[in-house]
Amino acid sequence: MLRPNDTKGKLIVVEGIDGSGKSTQIDLLYKWLLSKGYSVYFSEWNSSALVKSTTKVAKKTHAFTPATFSILHCTDFADRWENSIYPLLKAGVIVLADRYAFTAFARDVARANDPLWVREMYSFAIMPDAALYFRVPLDIAVERITGSRAQLKYYEAGMDLALSDNYEESFKLFQGKILNEYDKMVDEFGLTMIDGTLPVKDQQKKVRSLIRRILVGFEGLPNPDKQGIAVDNPQARKKGKKGGK
Amino acid sequence: MAKADFYGAGFPYRDFGNLTGKLIVLEGTDGVGRSTQINMLRHWLEEEGYAVADTGLTRSELTGAGLDAAKSGHTLGPITMSLFYAADFADRLENKIIPALQAGFIVLSDRYFYSMIARDSIRGIEKNWSRALYGIALRPHLIMYLQASVPSLVQRLIHGRGLNYWESGMDLHMADNFYDSFVTYQTAILKELEELAREYNFVTVDADRTPLEIFEDLQRPIRLLLHNRLTKSERPF
Repeated sequence: MLRPNDTKGKLIVVEGIDGSGKSTQIDLLYKWLLSKGYSVYFSEWNSSALVKSTTKVAKKTHAFTPATFSILHCTDFADRWENSIYPLLKAGVIVLADRYAFTAFARDVARANDPLWVREMYSFAIMPDAALYFRVPLDIAVERITGSRAQLKYYEAGMDLALSDNYEESFKLFQGKILNEYDKMVDEFGLTMIDGTLPVKDQQKKVRSLIRRILVGFEGLPNPDKQGIAVDNPQARKKGKKGGK
Repeated sequence: MAKADFYGAGFPYRDFGNLTGKLIVLEGTDGVGRSTQINMLRHWLEEEGYAVADTGLTRSELTGAGLDAAKSGHTLGPITMSLFYAADFADRLENKIIPALQAGFIVLSDRYFYSMIARDSIRGIEKNWSRALYGIALRPHLIMYLQASVPSLVQRLIHGRGLNYWESGMDLHMADNFYDSFVTYQTAILKELEELAREYNFVTVDADRTPLEIFEDLQRPIRLLLHNRLTKSERPF
């Protein structure tokens, strides 16, 4: 369903439910690859400036249906794909993505969209060279999120699915459905599973060893200044290297 | 018509129940006179006693403003544009068209997704991808296609609202001026629409004539539809 990588670059993505620790891991990976002298670009889910005004209003007014939620998230992805991810891969950059098409396959299907329809929508994208799935049991992830973060948001908690009137309860049920979809994709797409309950350092060790193997013989675009890349991403430009949360 | 009938999976998370209204689509390229005809059809059908709702591309509250903003910049890629329109389409279908059909309205749609497939195809989008994307689309009861020649489109637009950037396909850099670009672009669009006309069973109406003549040609299949007498070759399914 995803095309093979036809570029000189390498695409590495991290996936997992909220609270799986994937963002921490990709941040460490980003810094490590940069220090090694690679050209690296970081792209975050739901971060296209072009689509943001639309999604922001819809989230606030709860105007999404499962279908429009799905299509607009793909629009966001397509904008990043066409303007940065794909051209940079062609140039020989290592692109790191915090969430990729698999997030849509999990979330949109948890919202009861047709699985095949969602997969075909993303078929313009390529299969990553590494798709790392950080797996944590549901209760641990939920504990991490509800314990540390501010109030859950409407769509984040899956309130649109009417699973429960209670945000925390709904979040738990929704994440359970997403986790189930992720688990099914391990075989379907050959996701590499990493135990997200291990200490951060141990996980990163596994990640680096995996990526080292993928980069054997890879030259890529030179990066003599060891600087990050900011393309059409005002947030990244502001921070000098990577996109914000 | 009873149950909703979709080209693909539709909206599997919802049961829309019975749709008692009729969905009538008017297809055709830019400047062919669709909105004039929609207005005439609307008045006529209302006089006949039918409740009528009309809808067009990019009128959804969800994406209308965002899409306008995106089109005014220069970073909007073809896949992104296609999906933006699809989101708009899905929003109107789910929240406007289908509820109107549930309430027994005749819905007159000023274009449908066929135009978008034609436009996207010229911008290098794979047709199979587009068709799968529009698996959410409800099958209309009648699709009428206003077929015009490029010279008549040029004449109409230049004496009307003028040639614009997108309708001339200037984003494709096929020519250095609006006129040549319009001719090349619309010729390609018409070719795509002809193919789609065969694939989706459009009822073709010659639009190189006066508005009244065109109107009379459009009335005929609508009358047949409303009396359940459309022939098989005129039905989209």
